[in-house]
Amino acid sequence: MLGTAHDARPRLRPGPARRWGSMSDLLSRIVTDRSDEAFRSLFDEYRPRVRRYMLQQGADGDLADELAHETLVTVWRKAALYSSDKGSPSAWIFTIARNLRIDRIRKQRVWQELTDEHAASIPSEDQPADSMIDQQQRQIRVQEALRTLPAEQIEVVTLAFIEGLPHSEIAERLSLPLGTVKSRIRLAYAKLRDALEELR
Amino acid sequence: MSITNHPDPATLISFAAGTLSEPLAAVVAAHAAMCSCCRREIADMELVGAALLLQHSLSAQPARSGAAKPLRGRVARPGPGAAHAVARDRLPSPIARAYGLTFATIPWKRLGPGVLHHRLPLSPGTEGDLRLLKIAAGRRMPEHGHGGSELTLVLDGAYSDETGTYRSGDMQDVDESIEHTPVADQNAGCICLIASDRPARFKGIMARLVQPWTGI
Repeated sequence: MLGTAHDARPRLRPGPARRWGSMSDLLSRIVTDRSDEAFRSLFDEYRPRVRRYMLQQGADGDLADELAHETLVTVWRKAALYSSDKGSPSAWIFTIARNLRIDRIRKQRVWQELTDEHAASIPSEDQPADSMIDQQQRQIRVQEALRTLPAEQIEVVTLAFIEGLPHSEIAERLSLPLGTVKSRIRLAYAKLRDALEELR
Repeated sequence: MSITNHPDPATLISFAAGTLSEPLAAVVAAHAAMCSCCRREIADMELVGAALLLQHSLSAQPARSGAAKPLRGRVARPGPGAAHAVARDRLPSPIARAYGLTFATIPWKRLGPGVLHHRLPLSPGTEGDLRLLKIAAGRRMPEHGHGGSELTLVLDGAYSDETGTYRSGDMQDVDESIEHTPVADQNAGCICLIASDRPARFKGIMARLVQPWTGI
């Protein structure tokens, strides 16, 4: 039970804590100093990831370039709305990219909020003063917990979040019954949630 | 009154990942507007998306072609906190904003005795069905199964079926495996927002609902 499978798993990326710390620093420099240099670092870090995300979601190269650029420009324009000392910069960027994808690739109405809008919409009585500060810590915890998931659970959440496949298409892709896909997703989330509960 | 019935976590994950179909996403957004605990779940699920976006290997990525251009644009400043004024209207704010409606101005159309509806248009080419439904007190809907997923959010009043009672803010999240016979509350009736991702099946339900009277 000491997790040899875990040890055998390829290391994902080193030092998530440091990476997220520095992303928050970049964002706060963008907010407070309007630093071009900080923006360029953020741009270099995220643009290729967001571009690939868009390609995986069915954009052609030109559209993927355009949407990746637009995602990062939105970060620049809205940086002051984002409370960098409280939230997770990467979650904010993920939600910007996701919403652009629904609007511009799927061409549907976007019902999801950006994370800066959640923060405003969760009533303060439900949100202890310190809990939003934890969003960065929570981000790191999620990253750590993801590494402990069985490969079959990582696979389904990646297909959902990164490739943008609905449950029915994940079932088709993996030749699994729909119920199995849903239960793998529920199991994966239950484990991540347990890891987050420790922070609550 | 506290909300006791929430979306399936798998449905919330689809919402957070942006893969839920448009009509189902509308109902989840409406529920989330009424339920701060689901808003928090969604925020946590978005951390999962962010983690996957960051950790996903870029090894297959072609060399970078773009570069950041210096930006001098005006920066948006936070408004005076009015962006999310808590709406007290019984029509959840995402639906009210998207369709320019209030609870009092829903243009109800009669479907049959004791049944009114208002269909909410979806983006062009989108499959599925999204509508507001107003069922008179004590009215029984025909027993039905589901071809795909169906989400029902109670906005006012209540209904009961074989699985329990659903009140304002409650969501019933059912898939093809469920058959049920909902009955609107004996006193208050029920107003709900209902979505399906399979139009044909849903139309079948609507037809059976009104058939005895209109012969649709």
